[in-house]
Amino acid sequence: MANKIRVATTSLAGCFGCHMSFLDIDERMLQLVEVVEFDRSPLTDIEHCTNCDIGLIEGGVCNSENVHVLREFRNNCKILVAVGACAINGGLPAMRNHIPLEECLNEAYLDGIGVENPQIPSDIELPLLLNQVRPIHEVVKIDYFLPGCPPSADVFWKFLTDLIEGREPSLPYELVHYD
Amino acid sequence: MSKAITIDGKTIPFEDGQTIMDAAMAAGVYIPHLCHQPEFTPHGSCKLCTVKVNGRNCSACTYPAMDGQDVLNETQELIDDRKKITQMLFVEGNHFCPSCEKTGNCQLQAVAYHLNMLDNHFPLFYPDREVDASHAEVMIDHNRCIFCTLCVRASQQKDGKDVFAVSGRGIHKHLIVNAQSGLLKDTDLEVTDQAAHICPTGAILIKRTGYQVPIGERIYDHKQIDQVSLAASGSRPDAAFPPSLAVETEHLKHGE
Ligand code: SF4
Ligand code: SF4
Ligand code: FES
Repeated sequence: MANKIRVATTSLAGCFGCHMSFLDIDERMLQLVEVVEFDRSPLTDIEHCTNCDIGLIEGGVCNSENVHVLREFRNNCKILVAVGACAINGGLPAMRNHIPLEECLNEAYLDGIGVENPQIPSDIELPLLLNQVRPIHEVVKIDYFLPGCPPSADVFWKFLTDLIEGREPSLPYELVHYD
Repeated sequence: MSKAITIDGKTIPFEDGQTIMDAAMAAGVYIPHLCHQPEFTPHGSCKLCTVKVNGRNCSACTYPAMDGQDVLNETQELIDDRKKITQMLFVEGNHFCPSCEKTGNCQLQAVAYHLNMLDNHFPLFYPDREVDASHAEVMIDHNRCIFCTLCVRASQQKDGKDVFAVSGRGIHKHLIVNAQSGLLKDTDLEVTDQAAHICPTGAILIKRTGYQVPIGERIYDHKQIDQVSLAASGSRPDAAFPPSLAVETEHLKHGE
C-alpha cells in the first residue's frame, strides 16, 4: 500500500502496561500493519518521530526528558492521544506528588531497606526529575483520550479502526474503564 | 385532574411535596445525581442533577415539582455541563481508580462512565489529604471525598448519631469527625451504621471487604448507573438501603 498511516508510540512515566495491552490485539496486528506503519516506538527502536499521523502517549511526565519527548510528538504528530490512566491524570506515579522530591530520593537511594552503596544518582546523562508528576494535557494539546489501567486491546482496536476508517472515534460504555 | 410536569417532552405526574427528582425517579426517568439518596433530606450540593426548568437551571433534587413545569434533562448542553462538573470533582480530589477499592462500585466513577467522560479537562489539584485508618473496621480516605454529606445525613437521620460534619469552605472544605482527637476510632461510629455504608465514592470504606468481589464483576462494570439507580428506587419503594450496601450484604449471604 502506498501511503500507510504513520503511527508513533512512547512510554513516558508509565510502566509499558499500555503498550503490552496494545499488543494484546494479537493477530489483529497483522490487519493493522496492512494500513499502518510504525515510526518512533519501543516496537521499532526508531529514535525520533517525523511526519506522523497518530502519536500514542503512555504515561505522564515525571522528568525533563519526558517533556522533550512529549513536545517532539506534538510537533510531529497530527493526532496526539493520551493513552491510559497515567497519561490522563498522572496515575499511580503521581501518588508521589504529596511527598517532597528529596524525601522520595532519600527513601529510594539512601535510607530505604536493603539499599547498598547509598548515593543519589547524579550522572549528567540522567534527566532531572520534576518535583511533581503531571498529566500530559497540562503540557501540550491532546486530541483524544483512552482511559484505563491499561485500556483494553479492544479500546486500541476500536479507536484505531475508527480513525483509519474515517469515523469520529468513540468508546461505548463497555470500553470505558478507569481501572 | 392529577398534576404533571414534562421532562424532555414526556408527561410525568407528581404529587404535592415531590421534587422534580422524586417525580422523575417514580416515573423511571433518570436524572444524574451524586449527593442525593431518596431517603435523606436533599442537600443540593453536587449540582449534577442540574436541569432546565422553564428556561432556568435548577437542582432537580431540591426543586419542587409544580404543575405545568417544562423540564429539560437530556440536552447536549446539560450533559456537557454535567461532564464538566464531574471533571471538577475528579481534579479537586485524588482519584486514582486503579488503586481504589471502590472501583467498579463507585457512583462518582459510574456517573463519569455514564457521561462518557474520557479525560479530566482541567489541571489536576493533587490536594494534600489524609487517610484515617484508626478505626478497627471502617476507614476514611479523604482523597476521595466529594463532600456530598450523605454520611453526615445518614449518621444524623438514620443512626441517631452525629459522627460526621463538613467544615471549611472552598478548597479548604473537609470532612471532620466528632471526636476531640479528630480520629474516627474515638467516635461512636459502628460498622453496622448506615453512615459507614452510604458513601457514593471510596472515601469511607469497610476494612477487609474491598476485594471480595473481583474487579470486572462489580456493579457498574457492566450496568450503567441509570439502570442501577432506577432499579433500586423501583424495586424497593422505601429504599431502606443504598444500592451499594444491598449488594455488599447480598454477597456476604453467599460467601464467607
Ligand atoms: S472514589 Fe471512585 S472515582 Fe475516586 S478513585 Fe475511587 S473508584 Fe475512582
Ligand atoms: S465521606 Fe463519602 S459520604 Fe461522606 S461527604 Fe465524603 S463523599 Fe460524601
Ligand atoms: S443530586 Fe442534586 S445537587 Fe447533588
